[in-house]
Parts: sequence; C-alpha cells; structure tokens
Amino acid sequence: MSEGPHVLIVDDEIQIRRFLRISLEANNYRVYEADCGQAALAQAALHRPDVIVLDINLPDMEGVEVLRRLREWASTPVIMLSVRAGDLDKVSALDAGADDYLTKPFSTVELLARLRVALRHVQPATSDPVFTYGDVQIDLARRLVTRKGEAVKLTPTEYALIRLLVQHAGKVLTHRQILKEVWGAQYVDETHYLRVYFGQLRQKLEENPAMPKLIVTEPGVGYRLVGE
Amino acid sequence: MNDYRPDPDSLLAAIRRDEARQQRGRLKIFFGMAAGVGKTYAMLQAAQARRTEGSDAVVGWVETHGRAETEFLLAGLEQLPKQQLEYRGAVLEEMDLDAILARSPQLVLVDELAHTNAPGARHLKRYQDVLELLDAGIDVYTTVNVQHFESRVDAVRQITGITVHEKVPDSLLDLADEIELIDLPPDALRKRLAEGKVYTAERVEVAANNFFRTGNLTALREMALRLTAEHVDHKLQDYMQAKRIAGPWKSGDRLMVAVSPSPFSEEVIRWTRRMAYTLEAPWFAAFIETSAGLSEAQRELLAQNLELVRRLGGEVVTAAGEDIVEGVLRLAQQRNATQIVVGKPLQTRFEDWRRGGSLVDRLIRAGSDIDIYVVSGDKAKHRTPLRAPFSLPQFQSTWRDYAGAAIAIGCVTFSLLAAHSVWPWISYQAVGLIELLAVLLVAVYLGRGPALLAALLSAISWNFLFIQPRFTFAISALEDIILFLFYFIIALFAGTLTARLRTRERQAQYNADRTTALYTLAHETATAANMDDVLRTAVEQIGQVFAADVAILLTEQEKLSHTVHPASTLAVNDQEFGVASWVFDNNKPAGRFTATLPQAAAQFRPLSTPSRRVGVVGIRPQQTGRLTFDQEVLLETFTSQVALVIERELLDEAAQESVVLRESERLYTTLLNSISHELRTPLATVTGAASSLLDENTVLTDQSRSELIGEIQSAADRLNRLVENLLDMSRLDAGRLQLKLEWCDIGDVIGVALRTLRNVLGKRPVQVTVAPDTPLIMLDFVLMEQVLVNLLDNVGAYTPADSSLEIVVMVKKNWVRIDLADHGPGVPTDALARIFDKFYRVPGTLAGGTGLGLSICRGLVEAHGGTLTAHNRDGGGMVFSIRLPSSAAPPPVQEAIL
Repeated sequence: MSEGPHVLIVDDEIQIRRFLRISLEANNYRVYEADCGQAALAQAALHRPDVIVLDINLPDMEGVEVLRRLREWASTPVIMLSVRAGDLDKVSALDAGADDYLTKPFSTVELLARLRVALRHVQPATSDPVFTYGDVQIDLARRLVTRKGEAVKLTPTEYALIRLLVQHAGKVLTHRQILKEVWGAQYVDETHYLRVYFGQLRQKLEENPAMPKLIVTEPGVGYRLVGE
Repeated sequence: MNDYRPDPDSLLAAIRRDEARQQRGRLKIFFGMAAGVGKTYAMLQAAQARRTEGSDAVVGWVETHGRAETEFLLAGLEQLPKQQLEYRGAVLEEMDLDAILARSPQLVLVDELAHTNAPGARHLKRYQDVLELLDAGIDVYTTVNVQHFESRVDAVRQITGITVHEKVPDSLLDLADEIELIDLPPDALRKRLAEGKVYTAERVEVAANNFFRTGNLTALREMALRLTAEHVDHKLQDYMQAKRIAGPWKSGDRLMVAVSPSPFSEEVIRWTRRMAYTLEAPWFAAFIETSAGLSEAQRELLAQNLELVRRLGGEVVTAAGEDIVEGVLRLAQQRNATQIVVGKPLQTRFEDWRRGGSLVDRLIRAGSDIDIYVVSGDKAKHRTPLRAPFSLPQFQSTWRDYAGAAIAIGCVTFSLLAAHSVWPWISYQAVGLIELLAVLLVAVYLGRGPALLAALLSAISWNFLFIQPRFTFAISALEDIILFLFYFIIALFAGTLTARLRTRERQAQYNADRTTALYTLAHETATAANMDDVLRTAVEQIGQVFAADVAILLTEQEKLSHTVHPASTLAVNDQEFGVASWVFDNNKPAGRFTATLPQAAAQFRPLSTPSRRVGVVGIRPQQTGRLTFDQEVLLETFTSQVALVIERELLDEAAQESVVLRESERLYTTLLNSISHELRTPLATVTGAASSLLDENTVLTDQSRSELIGEIQSAADRLNRLVENLLDMSRLDAGRLQLKLEWCDIGDVIGVALRTLRNVLGKRPVQVTVAPDTPLIMLDFVLMEQVLVNLLDNVGAYTPADSSLEIVVMVKKNWVRIDLADHGPGVPTDALARIFDKFYRVPGTLAGGTGLGLSICRGLVEAHGGTLTAHNRDGGGMVFSIRLPSSAAPPPVQEAIL
C-alpha cells in the first residue's frame, strides 16, 4: 500500500478525532492527532503533514492563534472546523491564511473533497490553463470564456473575478480576499460590488441563475467556484 | 382607671430602644459637677480595666490638662492621630472621626462631650461625633459636666452668673447606657484647685474666686446628684414597665409649649422639657403661623427655637391661624395636651386692650380644662430692647417702600398742582379724593407703613397746597377743618385695611401656592411613566418651588450611586458627594444650614421611607439666607413624597421583574418538555438503527443497511437543526442578536437556502421569480438565509412530497416582498394567528417540531425591521410573506481598475 498524504487532525474531542481517523485511513491518509494547540504545533513541526484539519475552538488557545503561529514557518494548507454558520471567527481564520473551512456537523464526503482541493493547490500550477465545468469553459491562456461553445462577453472586472475563482477552484475565497485582489486594499469593505458583479456573472454563465451550480455563495464568508 | 397597665406605646418605644441599642455601641458618661473632680481620671481607669479584660480600647481624644496622674493612666492605650484643621491661618486640632470609624475599635474614649468643633470638622459639636460613633456600633466613654446640659443652662446661669455656651442635649442622658457620677465634696475640690491639680497656677485664683466658690459648687453638686437620681429613677421605671411590674405608672400628662419668634421662648422650651422629664410625660411644641410676616431676624430666631425643640427631643406642630389663642387651644385639643406652657407676655397694656385681653388671660378663660403654665423670661439676659410702642411688627416694608410712597404722593401732588393751575375749576375736594386713591394704591402695593406715611404726606400737602388759604398750614373754614380731619382718618383706616387685606391675600396666595405645589408634585409623580420621569418631575418641582438647583442620587446595590441622576440640575463634586454619602449612611440631613458639614455649598437630605432608604436629594437655593420654617416643612414634605414615589417605582420594577421571571420560568418548562420530546425521537432512531447495524445476529440486506444508515443521517440532521433553533432562540430572547448588515442580493439568499435544503425538498418542483429591478437590500445574509431555511423546512415537513413551490420576489415602494407559496394542506384559520407563537403547534399535526421555527423566523425578520405574515391561499396551500424595508439605495458600484 503506497503512502498516501499525511494529515494532522487537531480537535479536543476524542470522538471527532476517532471517526476522522477511521474515515481518513480508509481513504489512504496517514493520520496524526493533536488535542490542543501546543500539541498541534509540536506535531506539525515533527511530522510535517501535507494538510492540517484544525478545530477553531481549542482548550489552550484559539484555533486562529495556532494558525497564525503555524504560518510563521509553514505554508501547509489548513482546513478549519467551525461550530456555527454565522461564526465570524472562521472569516478571520480564512483572512489569516486558512485555506478552507467546514461547519460541524459535516459529512466525510465533504471533508475529503476539501482535502483534495487543498492538496491540489499545493502542487505547482498545472500546465492545462483550461477550466471546464459542465458546458462552461474558461481558458485563461486565451482569456476566453465560452458557454455551450459560444463565446461569453465579459467586462474586464467580470473576467478578473472569474479568473481569480478559477485560480482557486474548489476553494472558498472571502469577500476581503476577492475585493483586495480585484479592486485593491481600500475596497475590502465594499461587499455590494461582489453582489452586483457575481449576479451579472451568474446571469451570463449559469443555466439557472436563481440556483447557481458553478459560483456558489458561502453565507457570510465569500464565494467558491465548484471545482469538480 | 387603667393605671396598672403599661401604656402600649411607651412599651413599644422601650422595646425599640432596646433593639436599637443592641446594634448601637454602648455609651457611658462620666459625669461631674465641675472641672477637676476626676472624670477623665475615672474614665481612663475604667478603660484600663476594659483593656486588661481584653477589650480593644483606643483613645479618640483625651485632655490631660498636664495632670501627671492622668497622663500616667494613658500608658498602654492606643492613641489615634488627631485631625489638623486649618482655619484662617491657624492650625486647629480636632478628634479625627473618620480615623476612629476606619479603625473601628470596640471602645473609644472621647473626652469633653460638650466641646464645639473647629470649623471644617464634619459636625458642629463633638456630641454629634459621639452619636455617629455609637451608630457605627462602637462603645464610647465620655465625660461631661452638669452645667453643659441644655436643660440646666438657665439654672447654672442663675446660680453662677456664667452663661454656658457649650451645650449638650439632655437626650444624650437618655441614650446613655450607664452614667457614672464622679462626686467630690466642694471643699475637697477647692483643695485640689489650690494644690494646682485642676488649673495652672495663674488661672487658679481667678477660678477660685468666680466659678469655684463653695456656694456655686454646692449648688452644682446638688444639680448633678439630682440629675443622676432622675436618670436612675427613669431606668428603674423603664425596667419595671418592660417587666410588667405594677408600679407608679406614668401620668396621663401631655405638655404643649407655645413657641414664638421670641428670645424668651428658649427658656420656656427648656422649662417644658425639664417639667416633662420630671412628670415623665410626652411633650411637644406648637407654633401658630399668622398672616403677619416675620422679619429676617425673627425667622432666624424662630428657626433656632424650633431647632432647640427638636434637639431636646420634642416634636414641632404648626397650624395656621389669625388668632394665636384660638390656634393654640385648637392644637392642644387635637393633640390631647393636658398642660400648656406659655411665656410671660411682654406686650403693652395697649396691645392687650386692643386684642381683648392679654394672651394669657384669654388662654385661661378659653381653655377650661387645660392647665396653663406661665413661665417668665429672664429679661436681664436679653440686651435687645423691646419694641418701641409705636413700631409695628407686621411691617415688612423696607426704606425703599417708604421712599416709594413719598415719591408716589409727591408725583400725584405735583400733577394735581399742575392740573389745578391749568383747569382752576377742579375743586380741592376732588383733589382730596384723588389723593385718597393714591394712598389706597400705595397700601395695596407697598404695605401698611408706606400707606400711613402716604396718608400723612398727602394730608399735609393737600392742606398746604389746596385748602384755602393756600400755601399755609392754616385752614379758614370750619367745614374744611372737619373735611381735613376726616380725610386724615379715612386715609389712615383705608390704608391700614387695604394693606391688611393685601397681606391676607398674599398669605392665602402663598398657602394656595404651597398646596398647588404639593398637589402638582403628587399628581405629576403619580402619573409619571417611569423612574426617569418621576425624578425629572421631582427635580423640576423642587427647583421651581424653592428656586434652587437640585440633584438626586439614587442607590445602586444598596449603596449610594456615585453619579447624580441625569435629570439633576446641580452638579455634585467629590467633596459634596462625601456629604451626600454621610446623609445616606446616617439618614439625617447635612450640609449648608445644618449642624453637620455646614461648609458644604448645598444641603443634602435623605430620601427615605419607613422601610428603606432610596437615595439622597441635594438642593442649593439661590436665596442666600437659610430656608424659612415654612420652606423647611414644605421641603420635608416634598422629599418624603418623592421618596415614597421612588420606592413605589422600585417596587414596580421589582414586581415587573418577577412577572418576567415567572413568564420565563413557564417558557423554560415548556421548552424542556418540548425539547426532551424532540431530542428523544432522533436519538431513538440513531440508537435503534446503530444497534441493528452492530448486531451480528441481524442479517441485513445491503439495501436495508443503507436505509438504516440514511435514517441515522436524517436523525442527526434533525438534531442539528434543533440545536441551531435553540441557539437562535436564546440569542433572540437575550437581545444579544447583532445583525451583521451588508448589501445582499435577495435572489442569492434564496438560492443558498434552496441549496442547503435540497435534500429536504427532494423532488418538489421549485419556481423562483425575482423581479428584474430588485435592488440590493441591507440584510444579515446568514440570518435571512436561516429564515428561508426554516420556512422551507416547514414546507418539506408539511406538504406532499411532489407538490410544487413558488417563491416570488416583488418590489414595492420602500419594500421588497418575498412570497413563499406552497400547495400543501394549509393551516386552519383559527390557528393562523398563533403559528408564530413560541411553542405553538397546530393541533393534529404530525409529531416532530418544537414550535420554535416560525417564532424564530418572525423574530429574525422583525430584527431586520420587516414583517412576516401567513395566510391560506384560495386554491389550497399557504403563503408566507416576508416584507423587508429597502428605503435606501445601495451606493454606486465601480469597475475595478485593472
């Protein structure tokens, strides 16, 4: 059996760690565990995992704090586990460099998908610059977006947005991250720009803009391009 | 007669005294006839004895007068530091009251009880310090000489010719738990004096020849012995009464002393107190307020006299009336007085005659079954000359008023003269009538004195300028003489009568104002909606009636709040807050014009009701003098009224809290019932399914396995939604819900909600129609999604699995409406109104559901300023309508600069 990716699970609840270990080992992951922030940092330094699943509430320190300390010396992808949908902590965790998040309770299928996305982004950019989802094709090399084979006319801002999402396909991007990347640092609070432009993008790219399948809204957090 | 039974009131009072005494410190007075008998020595000896018993005894203030044997006794006793007070450049030492309170010993020694404190100390008198120490539960040993007792001051002056200024109220003797008389035969004292054991050598001779004469000392000794004997007698009687031992019960006497703004009242009051003490009868003072105003000096005197009554432990009763005799008798009857004490009258015979007999005569004649005591004042004591016979006390008019009267008459006369020279046909009789009118007007506006002056002046000028022969004082015709005389008499009478009417009218006006003020206060505070309104009204009313700045401090957790209530018009600095706290802690007024902390700029009074203290009111009147007696009484009525209203508000708040508490307890119970049911169903599913999966004996097909696992999954989802609901509910209830408002696309919110619930909705066809011109609106995306999820969840639970669902977003002026229409069974009309109530479940619906979901939805929508309603649609099914405000347009959107 070939050695799969190494994953570090940080959670103070032993039941969560146990079911994650079982599910992940069944999917060919090598699993390390930590039950507090200190142990997490030590384990991360010792085993150099490929990806870390980090609970946002830990007994000894905040999950965000663990992330910050980790980011001082490692760029290992981190998936945060949060408790509630409206939790502001997870937005600050994402802004602080977390790669993704999941809200408890979550399904193993969902977690495995996020893990795959996170691991893929660690790999150097693929040579294929063409992103395909259903009948939509986005060719970054030729700056061409087509739907059902026909070219879709996008404004420069719309194109900048879709390009950013494609570059991070499958991964959640916070409002701040998108605004900062496309409009600039002084626009990070203008979330209504995003409402307008993503509305327009959906009109142009989605089959049913009322129930989008390609560009998904993450309530209170940001947007995600469905990657698979 | 029921002479064998203790009077219940006095029994109760004795029991109360006992109760209060248990918390109070014990007071022991070392009592002597004069300086040098060895009081301080005895006190220190007693303290040393207590110390060896293990008591924590400290010295607050002891004056050794350089006596070696006394100083020797100080050894081993902790001496507390003295307070340094700076007064006009000099540094004065005083006992440090706060240091003692902070040190809080078991026993403190305070020498010289009658001492007057230096300006800047908290209290005017040292005995007030002692009272505060006792209130704080500290035992006090103190010393005092007999001549300092308020009731003995007159006797001492008569015997020794010395006026004692440092006085202690007799009530301190009642308060004392123990009195130790330090007795020394006069000759022995004189011997000690000669030996230099009392005063230093140079003062000895002076003292020996004046105060320390054998005759004086003998009289003082008798006085001291008698006072002690009286005290012991009272203690015995108290004891007998409390133990229900039959004995000589107190007489049914009740003394009333008539108090007036006279310097003699002081002695009459003291006499009454002594008499009442001897008779063991209650006593009180009566003051009859007449329409005649009082001068500043008289007001001051009256305030002092009434203060004396209170200090001596008497009650002050006032009544208004024109006739003093009538008023006194009426009060005596109302209050069941058996004896009336009055001062010997000082009026002239003329006044007696004018009023139909002297006050005493009339009292004796009218008060048939009441004993009248007439006490003479000591005239020699009072240097102030009695009023000259013609001075009229009621005149409040100043020299300005007199000048005004003269000027008015001058003007009228001058213009009449001018008129007369132009129209010579105006007769001098007409002139006289016009002048009479001027006199009347002066009487109305300036009072009686100026009216009399005006009458005189106008009569003279009329005679001189108008009556033939003109420009002489002579009058030629006889009828003119009669006319002139009648003019003068009419002017005098009319002026006097008018002025009196005017005074009465003012008095009536004043009384009406006072009644109105009280009524307004009572009415306004009674109708005030809440505590803030009550206090605002109180501050306004007190401020208006007393022309004063007012501050109100309330309590906070049983302590006085440091910040004044925002309605206050008077700022309270730290120093004054100190005064206010003292007032609150001691439940006595303090500050300006009181005996405690008089250097404060404002006066503070406790706001207390019989059951508790609710705060302190501070007032700083704009007038410079002290408040008149009337004003004091009115202010007291005001403060007690305000205190009652504040207490009522506090009780109201407490009652409301308990209602809220009861309601929340009921909800809590309902919640528990509902939750335990709602938890148990999915838990039972999980447990059952999991045990089937684990059981080796149960043979399951692949399909039933995955069905069981699906059951576990959906039970877990249900539990998760329950937890979410509970959390939302508690956030809504606790008011901790903070909306994170941002510009949102309603269509996006709907899309996310549909995506979240795609499993619940299953195969139901959903049609979403969003009006193309729908603006972005300010929402909390997550919470609004929660609303839609809950509503959709309902659709999933209560409509057939293949029924369709329409979501329509419409744009109205200032509103965006979201309709969620299903094709389910709908809700019975009578249940429609209640479906948003907490824990309400439509009767006959399937098990499951807590009755929380819709209630949360409504709460969340209302938190956004919107409304959520439901109605049944005609063709079956029901519609939930969310209306959200969208008044403001979102800011413009910019293209990115790339």
